[in-house]
Amino acid sequence: MAGGSSSSSSSSSTGPSLVDSLFQRSLDDLIKSLRSQPVGAEPALLSRALAEIRREIRSPDPDTKAVALQKLTYLSSIHGLDASWAAFHALELLPSPSPLHKRLAYLAASLSFHPSTTDVLPLATHQLRKDLSPSSPPNFSSLALHLLSLSASPDLARHLAPDILPLLSPRASSTTTNTKNNNNNSSPLRPKAAVATLHALSLCPDVVPLLVKPLVDCLSSPDPRVVSAAVGAFAELVSATDPSPYLPLAPEFYRLLTDSRNNWVLIKLLKIFARLAPLEPRLAARLVDPLCDLIRRSSAQSLVLECVRTLFSGFPDHDRALRLAVDKVKEFLTNDDDPNLRYLGLRALTILGPRNSWGVVESRDSVIQSLADPDPNIRHEALRLIMGMVFDTNVVEISVMLVNYAMKSDPVFANEMLDAVLTTCGRNVYELIVDFDWYVSLLGEMARNPHCAKGEEIERQLVDIGLRVRDARPELVRVARDLLIDPALLGNPFLWRILSAAAWVSGEYVEFSTNWLELVEALLQPRTSLLPPLVRAVYIQAVFKVLAFCFSSYIDQLEASQVSSLGHSTTVGGSTIECNAASANCLSDDITGTESADGFATADKPASLLSLLEKKDPFFTRESLKRILYLIETAVGPLSENDDVEVQERARNVLGLIHMLQEIPAWKTEEEGFKKDKDNGVGKIMNLMQAMFSEEIGPVSVNAQKRVPVPEGLVLEENLSDLAMILTEGDIAPSMSISFTLRSHQHMETKDEAAPSVQSTYLLAEHRKRHGLYYLPAEKDETELNDFPRAYDPLLPVSHSDATEDLVKLTEQSLIPRKVKHTKPRPIVLKMDEGDGVLPSALTTVKESKDDMLSGAIHEVLLGNEGKPSSSQKGSSNKSSGRRMKGVSDNSESVPQSKENLDLGDRENRSSSSRRSQHRSHGKGRHRSSQNNEEKEEKSHRNSTRSGHHHERHEHRQRGETPLNAVPQAPAIQDLLL
Amino acid sequence: MAIRFILLVNKQGQTRLAQYYEYLTLEERRALEGEIVRKCLARTEQQCSFVEHRNYKIVYRRYASLFFLVGVDNDEVCPSVLLNELAILEFIHLVVETMDRHFRNVCELDIMFHLETAHFMLEEMVMNGCIVETSKTNILTPIQLMDKAS
Repeated sequence: MAGGSSSSSSSSSTGPSLVDSLFQRSLDDLIKSLRSQPVGAEPALLSRALAEIRREIRSPDPDTKAVALQKLTYLSSIHGLDASWAAFHALELLPSPSPLHKRLAYLAASLSFHPSTTDVLPLATHQLRKDLSPSSPPNFSSLALHLLSLSASPDLARHLAPDILPLLSPRASSTTTNTKNNNNNSSPLRPKAAVATLHALSLCPDVVPLLVKPLVDCLSSPDPRVVSAAVGAFAELVSATDPSPYLPLAPEFYRLLTDSRNNWVLIKLLKIFARLAPLEPRLAARLVDPLCDLIRRSSAQSLVLECVRTLFSGFPDHDRALRLAVDKVKEFLTNDDDPNLRYLGLRALTILGPRNSWGVVESRDSVIQSLADPDPNIRHEALRLIMGMVFDTNVVEISVMLVNYAMKSDPVFANEMLDAVLTTCGRNVYELIVDFDWYVSLLGEMARNPHCAKGEEIERQLVDIGLRVRDARPELVRVARDLLIDPALLGNPFLWRILSAAAWVSGEYVEFSTNWLELVEALLQPRTSLLPPLVRAVYIQAVFKVLAFCFSSYIDQLEASQVSSLGHSTTVGGSTIECNAASANCLSDDITGTESADGFATADKPASLLSLLEKKDPFFTRESLKRILYLIETAVGPLSENDDVEVQERARNVLGLIHMLQEIPAWKTEEEGFKKDKDNGVGKIMNLMQAMFSEEIGPVSVNAQKRVPVPEGLVLEENLSDLAMILTEGDIAPSMSISFTLRSHQHMETKDEAAPSVQSTYLLAEHRKRHGLYYLPAEKDETELNDFPRAYDPLLPVSHSDATEDLVKLTEQSLIPRKVKHTKPRPIVLKMDEGDGVLPSALTTVKESKDDMLSGAIHEVLLGNEGKPSSSQKGSSNKSSGRRMKGVSDNSESVPQSKENLDLGDRENRSSSSRRSQHRSHGKGRHRSSQNNEEKEEKSHRNSTRSGHHHERHEHRQRGETPLNAVPQAPAIQDLLL
Repeated sequence: MAIRFILLVNKQGQTRLAQYYEYLTLEERRALEGEIVRKCLARTEQQCSFVEHRNYKIVYRRYASLFFLVGVDNDEVCPSVLLNELAILEFIHLVVETMDRHFRNVCELDIMFHLETAHFMLEEMVMNGCIVETSKTNILTPIQLMDKAS
C-alpha cells in the first residue's frame, strides 16, 4: 500500500520518466490507491492512472502491456472508463503463449469488444481460429468461445462456424479426452460450443445447415452438461423465433422431460413445451400428466412455478390440471413468509387471462389482500391482475373498490390505482361504461382523493364525456358544481386541471345547473386567486356563459309570461317560469318537449332545460340578476388589470357586456318598462350572446378532414404528398385532446327539412350513413331525461378501520363476471369512427412478422434434410433461402448485435423488396386505423406476407393428424402422441 | 429470455462487478446501473426480490454488504418465455457459493482484488446469457488450473 501511494505521488510530481515503466504500478496498487484517496479526488486519480496506462500499454514488453491492459479492464468495468481505444492492444496480446496474458487479453476483449464499435475485430479471426482448433489447450478454446459468444459479428460467426463444429461434435470430446464412457471427463467445451453455436445461429442464419444437426445430436449426448446446454440453446431459439420448425424435436424433448432429473434442464424443457403446445393440441394431452406429477412431487419451487406457468399459458383446456395449478398458486399467494412466491403467484395468475378467469375468482381474497401488501411491486401486480379481469359486468364494483381503497393507500399506489381505473374505464371510448352518471360521479370522487395527481386525465375525461355523452351532462354539471363550490380544493395544484374542466363544463352546460347564483359565487370566490392564469381564464369565461344564459332566460321568461298572460290566465311576474328560449311563436300550454316537431334545431337545448326549470322555484327575478351582475362586477373588475393577457381579456369581455347592459336605460326602469323595451336593447343583445354559445360543441373525428369532398378544380399540391407519412404517424388521436370545434347541428337539420337539390341529398345521405351514430332522436333524449335513475347512490359505505378486511368484504363478488340487468340502455356515446382514439394493438403481429430467416432455415434443416419436403414446404424454404441471401448482403454492412440485427436484416431486405409502398402502409396501419379501403389493402397484404408461414404451420398439423401422410418426420411425433 | 447482465453492487451503490451479455454504451450502462441500484437498495428485506425496470426484470439478492443483481428480459407479451425468477435466485446463490468456496469466506474485497477471477467464474457458468455450468467443482477446476499455471 505504501509503495503504491508513493509511486503515484512520484509520478504526479516528476511526470513521465523511465522510473514509471520500470516500477509499474500493479492492479493491486492501483486499487489500493483508489481506495485510500479522499472522496472527490477520484476523477483526478483516474485520469492520472489512465495517462499512465496509455503510456505503459505501448510498451514492447508483454508483461508491462499485460498489466496495463489489466488495469484498464478494471477501470473500465468498475469505474466506467472507455476502453475501446485499447482494442488493438488487447488484440496484440491474444496470441501470447502465456496463459495469463492470453486470459487477460481475452477478458479485456470480451468486456469491451463489440462489432458496432470495434473496427479491428476482423483482425482477431485468425487467432480465434487457432485457439479454437482441437490441437490447442481446451482452456484457450474456452476463452475463444466465450469471446465469440459475446462479441462476434455476423462475419466472424460465418467464418468461424466450421471451427466451432468439431468442438460441438462428440468426436472432438472423445479425441481430446479419450474417455467417452466417463461422463464427467468428457470435453468441457461441448456445452460451451453449443451456446456459442446458438449465438452464431442467431447472428448469421446461413450457418444453420452446418450447425443445427450437431446441436440436435447434443440432445442425445450421455453427458448431462451437454444436454443441458443444448436444451438451453433450443429453449432460446424456440422462444426467440417462430417455434413451429422445432416441432419435430418434440419426441426428443419429451424423452428428456421424463428422463431428466436436473431441475435446470426440466425448466428449460418446460419453456420449450410452453411454446410448442399451442401448435400441436395432442402434445398438450401427452404432457399434462408428467406436468401434474412434477407439481405434486417436486420440492423445487422454481420447477413447480414453471409447471404452473406452462399449464397456464399452454393448456387452457385441461381443467383438471389447471385446477391443480391454481391450487398451487393459492398456496403461493397465502405464503406469508416469502414475498417472492406471492409476487410470482400473482404473475402466474396474470398469464391465466380472461379465458380462465375462474382461477382468479377463486383466489380473489388473496389477490385483493395483496393490494395492501407491504411490497409495492406485489401491490402493483395485484392491481394489474385485477384490472385484467375487468368486464362491463363488474367494472362498477371493481372501480368503486379501488377508488375507495385509494383513499387509504399511500400516495404513489393511490395514483397507480386511480390511473388504472381511469385507463380501463376510458379505454376504447368508454366501452366498459354503461352508466355514465355513475362514472361521472366516480370521477368527481377521484378528484376528492387527497393524493390525486391524475388531474390531467380526469380533466380530459370530464370534458370528453361532456362532448360525447349527452345524457350524462346533468350529472356532469352536478359533479362540477360540487367541485367548484368547495374552497378547499382550490389550494391543491394537482386539482387545478380538474377544476378547469369543471368550470368549463358548468359554463358550457349551464342550462342543467340548478342554482346559477351559487355557481357564479363559486366561480368568483376569493380563493380563485390561487389558480393559475389559464384556469382562471376558463373560470371567467364560464362566468360569461352563465351571465349570458341567465339574462336570456330571464328575458324569455318575461316574454313567456307576457304571452301566456295574454293567452291564458297564468300568473304573471316571476312566479312561474315558462320560457322558450328561441321561438316564442311555438310556445304552447303544453310546453314539455312537443315543440321540437318543427323547431328542433333551435329548441333542442332549451326544451330540455324547460323541464328542469319547471320543477324549480322561480329564480330569475330582477333582484337575483342584479345580484349576479353586482357580484361579477366587483369580482371581475380588478381582473381587468391582471398581468396575464388571457385573464385580462376574458375579464374585459365580461365587463364589457355588463357595461353595455347597464347603458341601456330600460334596465334602470321598472320591470314593466323593461319588458316593453326589450325589443330595442337588452333582449337583442342577450339573444345574440346566447346564440353565440348555444351551438353545440362535439368531438371531431381524426379523419374529419378526409371526409370533406375535394371540390372540383382544386388541385392539391403534389409535392406535399411526401408529408403524408409524417403527418399520419404523428397525429394519432387529436380528438382525444380537448380541441373544440363547432359542429352545426342546426345547419344539418334545416338543410334536411328544406329538401335540397338531388346531389346534396345524396351527400347528406352519405354523411348521415357515416355519422349515423350521433344523430340522436330528439324525443328520446328529452323524455328520458326525466326518469333518469339516480345511478350513484352512496355505494358501499366504507369504514376506514381495517383496510384489507374491508377490501375483501367490499369485493365479495367484484371479480365475478355476472350478468347485470340494466334498467336503462347505455346512453349513446359519440364515436367518430372505429379509429377514434383506438390504437389497434400491433403487439401480436410483431412477433409473427419477425418470423425470420433463422426459423426458416432451421425448418429446412430439421424437416428438409430427412426426406422430401412437401411442395409447399419447398416453396417456403426456397423463399426463406432467397431472403437469406439478401439478409447476408445486409448483414455484411450492419453490425449491431444479435436480436436487433436479425430484426434489422429482416426489415431491410423487406423494404428492399418490390412491394415497398405496401410495406409502408402496413407499418402505418399499426399506429392508426385508416379508412376502409386502406385497411383492406393492408389486411390483404399482411395475409400475403404471412401466408407462407401460416401455410407451413397448417401443413404441420395436417401432417400430424393424418397418419397416411408419408412425411418422414411425422411418425416420430406420432409415436410420442399415441 | 437469456440473462442480460450480472451486477455486483455494494450497499453504498458502488459497482463491484459488471458483466453484460448485450451491448450497451458506457453511458447507458452507467445510467442503467444508477437507476437499478437506487431502486433495489431502497427495498427492504420483507419485499420481494424482483424489480421491473425499463425492459428488464431484475432479480436480486443481498448477501451481507453485497447485492447480486441479475437482469433478464421482461417480456410482457409472452410471459411464459421469461426466465424463471426462482431459478435465477438459485443461480445467484450458486454464484455466491462458488465464490465462497474459491475465496474462503468471500467478501467485497476479494472480488475487488480478484476481479478477473470473478469474471472467469461467471464465464464458466454463463455464456452468452445462458447458464452452462452449475457444478461448483466443474466451475472451479479450470480456474485453479490457470492459477497454478501462472
